Amino acid sequence: MPKNRFVEVLAVGKTLAEKVWDAHVVRRGEGEPDLLYIDLHLLHEVTSPQAFDGLRLAQRPVRRTDLTLATEDHNVPTTPGPISDPISLTQVETLRRNCEEFGIKLYPMGDAEQGIVHVVGPQLGLTQPGMTVVCGDSHTSTHGAFGALAFGIGTSEVEHVLATQTLPLKPFRTMAVTVEGELPAGVTSKDIVLAVIAKIGTGGGQGYVLEYRGSAIRSLSMEARMTVCNMSIEAGARAGMIAPDETTFAYLEGRDHAPRGEDWDAAVAAWRELRTDDDAEFDAEVVLDAASLTPFVTWGTNPGQGAPLGDSVPDPAQMEDSERQAAERALEYMGLVAGTPLRAIPVDTVFVGSCTNGRIEDLRAAADVVKGRRVADGVRMLVVPGSARVRLQAEAEGLDAVFTEAGAEWRLPGCSMCLAMNPDKLAPGERSASTSNRNFEGRQGKGGRTHLVSPLVAAATAVRGTLSSPSDLQPLSAATAGHATQEA
Amino acid sequence: MEAFTTHTGIGVPLRRSNVDTDQIIPAEYLKRVTKSGFEDGLFAAWRGDETFVLNDPTYAAGSVLVAGPDFGTGSSREHAVWALMNYGFRVVISSRFADIFRGNSSKAGLLAAQCSQDDVELLWKLLENEPGTSVTVDLESRTVTAGDLTAPFQVDDYARWRLLEGLDDISLTLRHEGDVTAYEKTRPSWKPVTL
Repeated sequence: MPKNRFVEVLAVGKTLAEKVWDAHVVRRGEGEPDLLYIDLHLLHEVTSPQAFDGLRLAQRPVRRTDLTLATEDHNVPTTPGPISDPISLTQVETLRRNCEEFGIKLYPMGDAEQGIVHVVGPQLGLTQPGMTVVCGDSHTSTHGAFGALAFGIGTSEVEHVLATQTLPLKPFRTMAVTVEGELPAGVTSKDIVLAVIAKIGTGGGQGYVLEYRGSAIRSLSMEARMTVCNMSIEAGARAGMIAPDETTFAYLEGRDHAPRGEDWDAAVAAWRELRTDDDAEFDAEVVLDAASLTPFVTWGTNPGQGAPLGDSVPDPAQMEDSERQAAERALEYMGLVAGTPLRAIPVDTVFVGSCTNGRIEDLRAAADVVKGRRVADGVRMLVVPGSARVRLQAEAEGLDAVFTEAGAEWRLPGCSMCLAMNPDKLAPGERSASTSNRNFEGRQGKGGRTHLVSPLVAAATAVRGTLSSPSDLQPLSAATAGHATQEA
Repeated sequence: MEAFTTHTGIGVPLRRSNVDTDQIIPAEYLKRVTKSGFEDGLFAAWRGDETFVLNDPTYAAGSVLVAGPDFGTGSSREHAVWALMNYGFRVVISSRFADIFRGNSSKAGLLAAQCSQDDVELLWKLLENEPGTSVTVDLESRTVTAGDLTAPFQVDDYARWRLLEGLDDISLTLRHEGDVTAYEKTRPSWKPVTL
């Protein structure tokens, strides 16, 4: 989008991101950022209280309560009962008071629609192609899976959107992330995005909107696409997007907030235009071959420090100067020795959940692996659905029983151990295989050590006790496969 | 927002890359509902290490943080900016900032000054060889000065103007409320509503 607009008007086509951007420009002034209209503003308890305070101080109302939705997710406990931490409780109660005072719809703990904000929006059909979606949460990039321009903002910007339903923004650059070919069995969209981040680095996407394209991306389900877009921020990108197609429309049709009847037809007609023109130019492009991908795991303390599961812990001495010091520090924090096969790393905890991998397909994939097997001795496995709806759906399918019979804990929905704001934490030195999005130092609890993995790898790791993929597991015999309670 | 023109204060060398916002302030410190009091959580895990730079009394009054590339990655938490400011920092210098962090800084009045990595290295050496050295950051001329070193820095023109004037975005946008109302009339009726 920093391209010369005059030239653009004359000849060059537009990318998907540029189309959505241009359709939301309220005002464009010389030497100023564009003023962009926001179609959907999602709120949670952590990044909103100071924004509401700002509104009160300036005596400003919320401009569009009908384009705003709040849910409680970061602080909520995943075991039954009230919030025991008084400071967490204050934050949640503050959100409740603010939503009541300003007239904003809130899905509180215990509500049938409560859940992680990025799971709730899509499942209600509120996230639709071509929209602008923001939230005081960096993983807002998730919603880009629908061809929406969706990005995380800070609390000052939350206040700005509440007051004006707009944001002043400088156009983002565009990067094509093209993944062609067929994914091998056992390789998921999580592995795609971890491989992308390892390739371009945690700053590689800085200033860009990533558009994921290619046959491997088109073949993904909506839920798998959300996983990819979710982690765009871990490459430093503002947003990730995927052009809407029949998969998108099929997912949306009939959802609570999706258009109906003639509106549906009009919407789909508009959505079909939301694709990058053949003659459009990206500012950068990255290409990956899907067939060459394998299950991917992180070994370090940022999401770019990852490798195929079949590799060993890398040797910092072999790295370039710019990466060596960070890698040495990461290995020290992680308690890892260069040359150790990744498959030999034992874990204490397995976490399945989060806005990255807490949707029904993720739980089905993990359940499929642990069914008829047992979580290894000494390993704790937590399964935390992304929303109340996901939880109910999983229970209707009997997944909760599969997990509990394998020895895993089946929890209530929330952000949980992804960021350890609730009681679900790693102890110092404890090591996890986690389907979440960040392996930063202390992210899952002070001193905790995190390996980011797909749901399939998480489940196989729970069974073997060391980082593993399902192909490492002993096949279930016909006799045990039908009896989930027996040990494989 | 308080205007920013020039600032002089003790420079603090933080020789780390990828300082993510979970390091700047861990999630357990995000539960306050105010914008103040976050200084306790600043670099909370690292401050447990007595060799960490902020535990050196020489830097007790430090107000210009000089960090490695990819500063402020990860979570969008503006609490990271508040924690730095609550602690006493007015400027962070790095060769590369994460987008959301940089945006949050300009809204809250913290200057995120982007220098070349070569200049960051020179600043680190200077501050480590002569702990307690003052650094002057001039937003008008976009230069950092410390000892004999003068280095240019980059900052977005619009963010610079707003910082120099101490303007807040919301009142600027509300001057164009008519444009917003006009735009709203053009939105397709099938766009979703939450209520």
